[in-house]
Amino acid sequence: MQDAGTTITADGRTIGPVVMEMKNITLRFGGVVAIQDISFDIREGEIRAIIGPNGAGKSSMLNVISGFYVPQEGEVWFKGEKRPPMKPFEVARQGIARTFQNIALFEGMTVLDNIMTGRLTRMKAGLLAQMIWKGRAEEEEIENREAVEKIIDFLEIQHIRKTPVGRLPYGLKKRVELARALAAEPSILLLDEPMAGMNVEEKEDMSRFILDVNDEYGTTIALIEHDMGVVMDLSDRVVVMDYGKKIGDGTPDEVRNNQAVIDAYLGVAHD
Amino acid sequence: MADDAPLPYPSIPALLKRNVERFGNRPAYREKEFGIWQCWTWAEAAEEIDALAMGLLALGIERGDHVAIIGRNRPGLYWAMVAAQKCGAVPVPLYQDAVAAEMEYVLDHAGARFVICGDQEQVDKVIEVQERVHHIEQVIYYDKRGLRKYDHTHLNWYRDVQAEGRAGHARLAPELARREAELTEKSPCVMLYTSGTTGKPKGVVLSNRNIIESSRASCEFDMLTEREDILAYLPMAWVGDFIFSVGQAMWAGFCVNCPESADTMMTDLREIGPTYFFAPPRVFESQLTNVMIRMEDAGDLKYALFHHFMDFARGGMGEKYGMPKRRLARPDLKRRLKNIWKYTVGVGFAMEALLENAIRLGFYKLRYGKNTRAHFKASDPLGLYLYRGWVRDYFKYRTGQVLIYGPLKDTLGFSRIRVGYTAGEAIGPEIFDFYRSLGINLKQLYGQTEASVFITQQPDGEVYSDTVGVPSPGVELRIAENGEVFYRSPGVFEEYYKNPESTASTKDAEGWVATGDAGFIDRQTGHLRIIDRAKDVGKLANGMLFAPKFVENKLKFFPDILEAVVFGAGREYCVAFINIDLNAVGNWAERNNVAYASYQELSQHPQVREIIRGHVEAVNASVAEDEMLGGCQVRRFLVLHKELDADDGEMTRTRKVRRRIIEEKYHDLIEALYDGRTEVTTETEVTYEDGRKGSIRATVAIMDAAVKPVGATRAAAE
Repeated sequence: MQDAGTTITADGRTIGPVVMEMKNITLRFGGVVAIQDISFDIREGEIRAIIGPNGAGKSSMLNVISGFYVPQEGEVWFKGEKRPPMKPFEVARQGIARTFQNIALFEGMTVLDNIMTGRLTRMKAGLLAQMIWKGRAEEEEIENREAVEKIIDFLEIQHIRKTPVGRLPYGLKKRVELARALAAEPSILLLDEPMAGMNVEEKEDMSRFILDVNDEYGTTIALIEHDMGVVMDLSDRVVVMDYGKKIGDGTPDEVRNNQAVIDAYLGVAHD
Repeated sequence: MADDAPLPYPSIPALLKRNVERFGNRPAYREKEFGIWQCWTWAEAAEEIDALAMGLLALGIERGDHVAIIGRNRPGLYWAMVAAQKCGAVPVPLYQDAVAAEMEYVLDHAGARFVICGDQEQVDKVIEVQERVHHIEQVIYYDKRGLRKYDHTHLNWYRDVQAEGRAGHARLAPELARREAELTEKSPCVMLYTSGTTGKPKGVVLSNRNIIESSRASCEFDMLTEREDILAYLPMAWVGDFIFSVGQAMWAGFCVNCPESADTMMTDLREIGPTYFFAPPRVFESQLTNVMIRMEDAGDLKYALFHHFMDFARGGMGEKYGMPKRRLARPDLKRRLKNIWKYTVGVGFAMEALLENAIRLGFYKLRYGKNTRAHFKASDPLGLYLYRGWVRDYFKYRTGQVLIYGPLKDTLGFSRIRVGYTAGEAIGPEIFDFYRSLGINLKQLYGQTEASVFITQQPDGEVYSDTVGVPSPGVELRIAENGEVFYRSPGVFEEYYKNPESTASTKDAEGWVATGDAGFIDRQTGHLRIIDRAKDVGKLANGMLFAPKFVENKLKFFPDILEAVVFGAGREYCVAFINIDLNAVGNWAERNNVAYASYQELSQHPQVREIIRGHVEAVNASVAEDEMLGGCQVRRFLVLHKELDADDGEMTRTRKVRRRIIEEKYHDLIEALYDGRTEVTTETEVTYEDGRKGSIRATVAIMDAAVKPVGATRAAAE
């Protein structure tokens, strides 16, 4: 499964060649080494999990992928090309969308408007045209609204379409965030702890949506998650990090039986 | 008994054909999808139905097959019912929220070879059932989300089936026409499973004549035309939905609107503004509760005006000035002018009333500060004091129409309503009055699956909250010795499927059907009054009549009380279980700084219990006024620590209380209510939505309530 080329998983999904590759990434904040010499790849159409104890550098890793941090050493290869240092919005234009660990939505805006902001990279009409709302701007809005409505239907949030986000409970906000990320029609979707703080039922719903997104849109998904049960069920391959280092990489089964991973999670006696 | 004269349109497919000719380009079905109301005309719908029917033929559907249909109300599933009928098969709609085990019994009993599902959730359940029920051959699904990976050897997408049908048009159309021509009045139209308040669900077979005759009679009764709009939101498996969304819609040719999802029903209701609406009392109750809660949160001026005008309308004024005298499908010019007049006369007074009250309120605020609400009462518009009697009432109602009634009806989605019905359970008189005083023509009907719904209904202008009306056209009524109601009509069902014993015990040779309800004909009005289920009506130890529902309904009117169960047959006195309404009580808690972490904690809060005690005592006072049922006053009660739930088997899927099961499950609580304890600790098993089980422990306090002497003369046992 490690070789490039196309494989078909047990449940019939197609996993394509490597779409993104991290080569020897090192990220430092002053004297603190957040990520130390980590390499891994993400293949097209797969669900790739990044796990690890608190402070392992998972979110930093996601920030490197999304272009928010620029690593001091190492290269990011995307679709077979080396990616120069980029601003996050440039990364977003390349088709990488993300959600955040602590929800980052516009609280005062409705769910619909929030999701529409996810279409921003696809709108071309100028400010004046938008204000007059004629011609190109009108067409564009209708087109984009249609795409957004499909996502609303997909994530079953029709009943809160016109509700301001600030009034929603936590689980629904997470879903709206996912919707906004989806609205950009990304080729890679980065999810930072999509299930943190949810109850069992919400987690089940969210897992189903993640699988459905992967299935229906063929989106490649990289996710950080703490709930091991969820990670093992959802993901095709798992990267395990601890103190900024990679200590394991492979299928959920391989990772589960990896001694270094067990030690990192359960702790090991130092004598 | 029904005569055997042939009908001009002997089946639903025949009616469809007629509708295509008559109303070809009028809307037949609408569904909100992707935020927009998608519309299908009769001609378009008929094409979809034909395609599906031919697709089903291609899959090998046989005459007489049962086709199970499971899902929320969507045009596609309504088409599936008609398509099945076209093929000579019989549609069997099932409750979509039933768990796999419940579905298994019905699918097995019906012997369904074809199952048409709404979405993945239903398909999963059917696949689970398929392991044990082997005669399911083909499963068809409407929404393909999440189903791509499934094994498709016996699984088909609805659109693929239709495409197959369209492709094989030349080959399949003659066969379809042949099968359609074979349909007669006698052939089965649909099989509906009863909700099973007691025992296993029974499959009620209704013939084309049952459905079409009932639909025709009821459409004529209420002058329903092709211009109506209805919202199809009630479970498809329920006979009411079948009659309204299929029977009557086909007969009258009106448009069936399907909401976007169950959660958006209220918004969709408002957007559509149906002209003909049916809801069980529960829906009206929860709407009213919502209105009351929102009014509590409203500003002082709105609050005062709302209560002022509602109090006015409730005193019979709404009935007098608000109710449209004659209901026309399409108002003529005179009517339109009258409507404009009605609104305009109110506007001036309304503006004056707003201004005056706003100014007065300002002064009250200066004087009372935070306690303004308790002291401030809205007053009539100034000018109205100059008039006397009916002139004043008339103008006042018009003022209220502009300020309160009109906007409220619009918010509720009832601004276009011509006929509204409620049935299934008795509705609280206060709730009923509330809607009628807004000028909504809400009426009651009494019906059963076995009767194709209609047994009695209230004619316009003869509406009372405590009766269920006069026999529907074509229905004969008889009251037996023990008070049980019997009826005979063209709508009377053919049989219970594979259950001749039950058929024989319910329907006698002359066609009289036992309803299982006890009632009597009201002497003053000539209407039928239902007291309770015949088997629930009993006697107290002192010989007084015991009818639990009578008391429960009174209790349930209070917005704080969601559900109540009263016990007392054969006992010294009556006791009650109360379920609080989390919405209403939670809102109260918020406003009064009462902190709570769970339903359980809130339900046992001392202040909440005191509020409920107040409600129970108020009900006792009102029960005491009834000579016959005065003994049913509640002496002791408790507030249950969990909500009664269909998943735990405590209620039916149509949310009717299952008395026996509750009695068994909570026997320890009932004992405690009678042996004088002041609190009891109990453990209850609960089932979560995904089928897992858990249990909750709670200590429940038992409360005493004061009772009143019965009637004026008789001394109570107190």
